[in-house]
Amino acid sequence: MDRFLSRSPVASGREREGDENDFPMNKAWANLRDDFPVLHQQVNGHPLVYLDNAATSHKPRCVINALAQFYERDNANVHRGIHALSNRATAAYEAARERSARFLGAASAHEIIFTAGTTDSINLVACSWGGANLGRGDVILLTEMEHHSNMVPWQLLARRTGARLRYVPVLGDEGRLDLSQLDRVLTPEVKLFAFTHVSNTLGVINPITELCARARACGAVTVVDAAQSAGHLPIDVGALGCDFLALSGHKMCGPTGIGILYGRQALLDAMPPWRGGGSMISNVEYFESRWAPAPQKFEAGTPNIADAIALGRAMDYLDDLGRDAIARHDEKLATLAYARLKAEVPGIRLLGPAEHRSGVISFDLPGVHAHDVVTFADQEGVALRGGHHCNQPLMRKLGLASTSRASFYLYNTEDEIERLIAALRKIQRFFAG
Amino acid sequence: MQDLTDLYQSVILDHNRRPRNYRVLPQANRVGHGDNPLCGDKVTVYVQLEGDRIAGISFQGSGCAISQASASLMTVNLKGKTIAEAEVIAADMHKLITTGAVDEGNLSDLAALAGVHQFPARIKCATLSWHAALNAIKGEATAATTEKPED
Repeated sequence: MDRFLSRSPVASGREREGDENDFPMNKAWANLRDDFPVLHQQVNGHPLVYLDNAATSHKPRCVINALAQFYERDNANVHRGIHALSNRATAAYEAARERSARFLGAASAHEIIFTAGTTDSINLVACSWGGANLGRGDVILLTEMEHHSNMVPWQLLARRTGARLRYVPVLGDEGRLDLSQLDRVLTPEVKLFAFTHVSNTLGVINPITELCARARACGAVTVVDAAQSAGHLPIDVGALGCDFLALSGHKMCGPTGIGILYGRQALLDAMPPWRGGGSMISNVEYFESRWAPAPQKFEAGTPNIADAIALGRAMDYLDDLGRDAIARHDEKLATLAYARLKAEVPGIRLLGPAEHRSGVISFDLPGVHAHDVVTFADQEGVALRGGHHCNQPLMRKLGLASTSRASFYLYNTEDEIERLIAALRKIQRFFAG
Repeated sequence: MQDLTDLYQSVILDHNRRPRNYRVLPQANRVGHGDNPLCGDKVTVYVQLEGDRIAGISFQGSGCAISQASASLMTVNLKGKTIAEAEVIAADMHKLITTGAVDEGNLSDLAALAGVHQFPARIKCATLSWHAALNAIKGEATAATTEKPED
């Protein structure tokens, strides 16, 4: 906790009243907005208020510089290279793997597979582990709040293997999983249980340690979708006890096109490759080949070297701030925004819990469609997202065609909540007029 | 909100608040569906063709103010027209919505949608119901979708 002891005002430079004890920030938080070049611009004549972080986060200068430095100094293909640049590129790429293992609390870097992102990671598990281990009569258990990326790969797998899908229900607008139903749905036929850590629509944080323990007791393999949590909450796969965990770099201050699949070593060792090509082999003959051990077995072709290295730099950045502190910052802003939206925007329907939540807040303004809300907010310089948020079945269940969504991250401020509310009030006046 | 009054003209706000011909048309002999898979907007257009004339037209669906107003205005403007006349209006509308160009004469209150072209992300909202109506008139069984190259 040492890193939290040094206290300084938050990014806006304003002194907070009496809350320093519950919101201590280290010195990396001072002037943090200056680390993000993109934040300092006008949109439609107003200073940008970026509240679309659940879609993608912005990148600090150190991450942008890591990309530039790689291409300017070290660019070469990795592995089997003899020359100096290739050695440097290989060392940096593998160092990023080591960094990722530390970031997630993995037992070894061999458990870290670089992928294109969360979607790619989940498809890897579905194709490789699922194809080898599932058959007719088996059940894949999901939750009703899953993003399409943690739903459609399993639908494809079910179609291929004859396995069936089953869902843990979501309880109403507050969006918590109905754990009273878990005994009913988590039966011995369940071979795999895939669930999200944090909902990209509801902002709810699921009790994933409990879910992993319950699945393990039932003999089911677990897949955690950490797309919305990896850059926001501390994660330790050892303590968590999950079998697989998927994340995207671009939602955690890293570049697009890079992600991670964590897999428990014993499972990875037993899994077949899912894509063939260079780098993933130990020996190739004309008619058959042998595979390299994990993680290389799952990384066919030239990997995304520069983005993996920059993702490692993003992890440094997040850990300098402290993921505990980021989580507290997100929760503080989201709880405040939830309370103020409820109090100050008449008729608003808010999704997700009021407290103990992530920075994602979805809402419906009666009589104003989400796309009209987002267009209006954009005119005020406030970036929101409107639509079904890749959650069509959940939207249908909640009786909504679409919602507007504000999602907060480490560089957002209380002043920006003010701007959000002012924009929404203006929209209401316009459509009431 | 100066810029937005181009997009959300009073005609559009009025048709959004009180959409005209928003119902199932029991005597319809053509039905066209449209959906925008990116945002979840859906529209169904009901057409009663008598010979080559649109004797009745109505719609139902959910979507933003632009899509609802565009569909509402469409039903008002296509009722009583021949198929050939409707196709000319639809072509003019497509040009209006995508470029803002207003051809003299036959668009009247539809010109309220001219501001849409300044908001590229919203063009598909305005064109969806027109695609669905053309499908209905042509008797095509497939749903119109915004995810087609011609948009």
